[in-house]
Amino acid sequence: MLLEAHNIGLRHPNGHWLFRNLSISLRSGEIVGIRGPSGCGKTSFARILSGYEQPSEGVVLLDNSPLPKTNYHPVQLIYQHPEKAVNHRWKMSKILNEGWTPDDHLLTSLGIEREWLNRWPNELSGGELQRFCVARALGPKTKFLIADEMTTMLDAISQAQIWQSVLDIAQKRNLGILVVSHDDHLLKRVCSRVIEFHNISYK
Amino acid sequence: MLEVNHLSISFLQYEKGLKQQQLKVIKDLSVSVHSGEILAVVGSSGSGKSLLAHAILGILPTNATTEGTIYFDGVKLTPEKKEEFRGKEISFVPQSVNFLDPLMRVGTQVRNAARGASTSAQRKAFERLRLAKDVEQKFPFQLSGGMARRVLASTAMVSGAKLIIADEPTPGMDPTVIKEALKYFRELADSGCTVLMITHDIGAALEIADKIAVFYAGTTVESAMVNDFSGDGRLLRHPYSKALWRALPQNDFLPIPGSQPLPYANLPGCLFEPRCAFATTECRQDEPKPREIRNGIVRCIHAT
Ligand SMILES: Nc1ncnc2c1ncn2[C@@H]1O[C@H](COP(=O)(O)OP(=O)(O)OP(=O)(O)O)[C@@H](O)[C@H]1O
Ligand code: SF4
Ligand SMILES: [Mg+2]
Repeated sequence: MLLEAHNIGLRHPNGHWLFRNLSISLRSGEIVGIRGPSGCGKTSFARILSGYEQPSEGVVLLDNSPLPKTNYHPVQLIYQHPEKAVNHRWKMSKILNEGWTPDDHLLTSLGIEREWLNRWPNELSGGELQRFCVARALGPKTKFLIADEMTTMLDAISQAQIWQSVLDIAQKRNLGILVVSHDDHLLKRVCSRVIEFHNISYK
Repeated sequence: MLEVNHLSISFLQYEKGLKQQQLKVIKDLSVSVHSGEILAVVGSSGSGKSLLAHAILGILPTNATTEGTIYFDGVKLTPEKKEEFRGKEISFVPQSVNFLDPLMRVGTQVRNAARGASTSAQRKAFERLRLAKDVEQKFPFQLSGGMARRVLASTAMVSGAKLIIADEPTPGMDPTVIKEALKYFRELADSGCTVLMITHDIGAALEIADKIAVFYAGTTVESAMVNDFSGDGRLLRHPYSKALWRALPQNDFLPIPGSQPLPYANLPGCLFEPRCAFATTECRQDEPKPREIRNGIVRCIHAT
């Protein structure tokens, strides 16, 4: 499969362009990094790629067709702030099983303790919460993963653990991953190529 | 100076029906930081780093009970004192961006949280952290993640506080801004401030900290010097610290199997024993007491 962004632009309500003419393509099985200064629009771009936000111009195509508007999105986004990605009125079990039901093996490889399922989001640490967001995004219909600072809130051992299981699943299911990160060491470790945000867009 | 002695934190949890249980998430934790010093706290996710911060500030949830004492500049921090000091003597950079008030412009928030800091001080901090001039007029939802963290960090910088507790101040910031923020914390410490910085970015910790405390499963397993984090980690004293150092992407990027024990696992011996490559039968008997080794402190009976 091929995920493509063509000439994506995003304009603020005040008329100012955050970025324009952003084009990128990502094939199944490919792991690509994006790096760029804070506030340059990487997260907005990640949201557009995963269908959470509409661009002001340009299109995102999945195998030459527009992103589907189904319940379960084939391009899944995991982002930096897990506390903003979950419904605080739901217990963790409901949050986890919202889109699909992750199996025991996955929960174990992501280091999710079964006891946490009975808690509220604010009763978990930032890193514990993020593991749920990762599990939730790895449903069988997922084809591409957009990992926006996915493990920045985790300690190095948990980070290596989560990346190991995500890379493993990606390889088995031939997923494509776009990795947004400020950590050059991490990008070097997991990506086959790294793109500078500013080299793929101009205003 | 800040002194936390034998701190324990438990949560009262309601199970189905009327059953209740106490979850002890921090157990016998002690740390101290002198004024003019930066203590970096690193360690396992869920090890109690944020709760330590919340305990010092007196903002733990109501179902939490604490034991132990916290002193700042010789004053015992009672609930009343904590409330009095919060935002004045003690300033806090929270980990969660949910701490920002969604309905208030961020410039105003920074000045309020720092209890009446001047507009010019706030603008200076924004400028230094490369936040554009119009950012002060924005609402939190209009900010990127990295911008929100910079707004939170600037609160501490303008507060004039004597103790700064920063919980993950840098994620989402790019390397240039991180450098500037760290430099700012260092300058505050050099001017006599006490700084406790919680971070997963060990590289950042090494750049500015005077010493480093490593947390695992609700306690300090090691207190180390900055130089101990180098090479293959042989200068580190605790097997967990070594594993943490080696798991960095710039080192081996290899996780160790298993996970941190849950609070009610009630392990009689060393909390790291189930995952430790050096464990012996003695390790399962008693909880290792803190010991001083090579200018550091370690909770491991086999450390040398
Ligand atoms: N309100 C609560 N009720 C029950 N348990 C809680 C509560 N808040 C936190 N905990 C538990 O206490 C432990 C410590 O949490 P804390 O937020 O301090 O971790 P942390 O070290 O800051 O982790 P991270 O690096 O992921 O932010 C975790 O295991 C968490 O699940
Ligand atoms: S006390 Fe034993 S189990 Fe614990 S860290 Fe030391 S060697 Fe490992
Ligand atoms: Mg925390």
